[in-house]
Amino acid sequence: MKKLMEIKVNGETREILIEPWWSLARALREQLGLTGTKISCETGDCGACTVLIDGKAVKSCLFPVMKARGREILTIEGISSNKRGKLHPLQQAFVEHFAVQCGYCTPGMIMAAKALLDETPKPTEAQVKEYLCGNLCRCTGYTKIIEAVLAAADKM
Amino acid sequence: MRFEYLEPETIEEALTILNRYQGRSKVIAGGTDLMLQMRNKSIDPEYVVDITRIPGLNHIAFDGPQGLRLGALTTIRALETSVEIQRRAPVLSQAAGQLGSVAVRNVATLGGNLCNALPSAETSQALVALSGRVRIAGSKGERIVPLEKFFTGVGKTVLEPDELLLEILVPGCPPHTSGAYLKHSPRGPIDLAIVNITVLITMDPEKKICRDAKIVLGAVGPTPLRARKAEEMLKGKRIDEILIEGAAQMASEEAHPRRGSIRGSVEYKKEMVRVLTGRAMKELTVFETES
Repeated sequence: MKKLMEIKVNGETREILIEPWWSLARALREQLGLTGTKISCETGDCGACTVLIDGKAVKSCLFPVMKARGREILTIEGISSNKRGKLHPLQQAFVEHFAVQCGYCTPGMIMAAKALLDETPKPTEAQVKEYLCGNLCRCTGYTKIIEAVLAAADKM
Repeated sequence: MRFEYLEPETIEEALTILNRYQGRSKVIAGGTDLMLQMRNKSIDPEYVVDITRIPGLNHIAFDGPQGLRLGALTTIRALETSVEIQRRAPVLSQAAGQLGSVAVRNVATLGGNLCNALPSAETSQALVALSGRVRIAGSKGERIVPLEKFFTGVGKTVLEPDELLLEILVPGCPPHTSGAYLKHSPRGPIDLAIVNITVLITMDPEKKICRDAKIVLGAVGPTPLRARKAEEMLKGKRIDEILIEGAAQMASEEAHPRRGSIRGSVEYKKEMVRVLTGRAMKELTVFETES
């Protein structure tokens, strides 16, 4: 039987109907329509489902939705300011540096990069690579992504 | 996977639940292993018992004679970044930093890594090398088990279905001890290790000989494996290249990888044990003679 649960996403408290065995990723996508969070490998390898929970990067496909109670969840939909068309510096840098091809890994990549920059505002290239090792991209070859993250760090 | 999700708020409450649903329940902490296992149906519990709302199980503390006390819910990321661990058990911090990506380490817990009991588990072998012990609570009371006796097979521990791992106790290292954790895997931290090893060496700085050595091998047996003969070769000796080569060869012979592993053949894994233990010993000896 589905359960009613309160969840705080992108600063807003919402009520959702969930099954206790659902992952957070599934609840975000199916109950809140926040489809920016992608599901891909569902084994915690690819990072497409990365969101921030209480400011920390987490793979939402391995995170039981039941654990989300009382936590602050931030998804790709919540990182820019609410003004239409205004992007987060990381998003802007991904656009400017052509760090997107098919785009499927991009939300997870940006969320992981945001966690990195929140922790380490001016990371070295090696730190970016190390931090993003849990986010796979099958198009870009990573170079542009790393450039974009470093450029965003410079501007922030 | 379909289960009821229970969230006890005290250890007693958790133990009551585990006792009531023995064999039908599974403890969840971070969930990074459990969610996977439930999804591919390798386990299918009726009740999932989330212990993360229980206070007092998430700490990194140091009290002199007892050494480090680590709560079972300490995240792998906390182990990696804790200044206390970096100072008192740097090899554990090194090993923790090689477990998955940051987003996994942020949720995965020390207790979970131990209880999941993979022979390649990063923290298991570092803690076996550090002579760690675990404090376990059950409906019949508490007990303390050395980690070396905790693991009984792949995915198996001495933990009874009605028991809960509370804390990990790590005695202080003797002076002049240094350690190295090395992992061999295709994509660095995000893969399980083909082979991983922890070497801990305690030197006698005056006589310039090795006073004590621990060599623990991962992913080459059902549990983290002590290379005891290799350890013995080092003790009481001045460590030079020839001794290192001999001990590395011995460690390789003590490894017992199973046939048919998808991560590497028996021959390859044994060879990698030789290479990695040799490399670790060299790293540690250079460090010691310089200091």
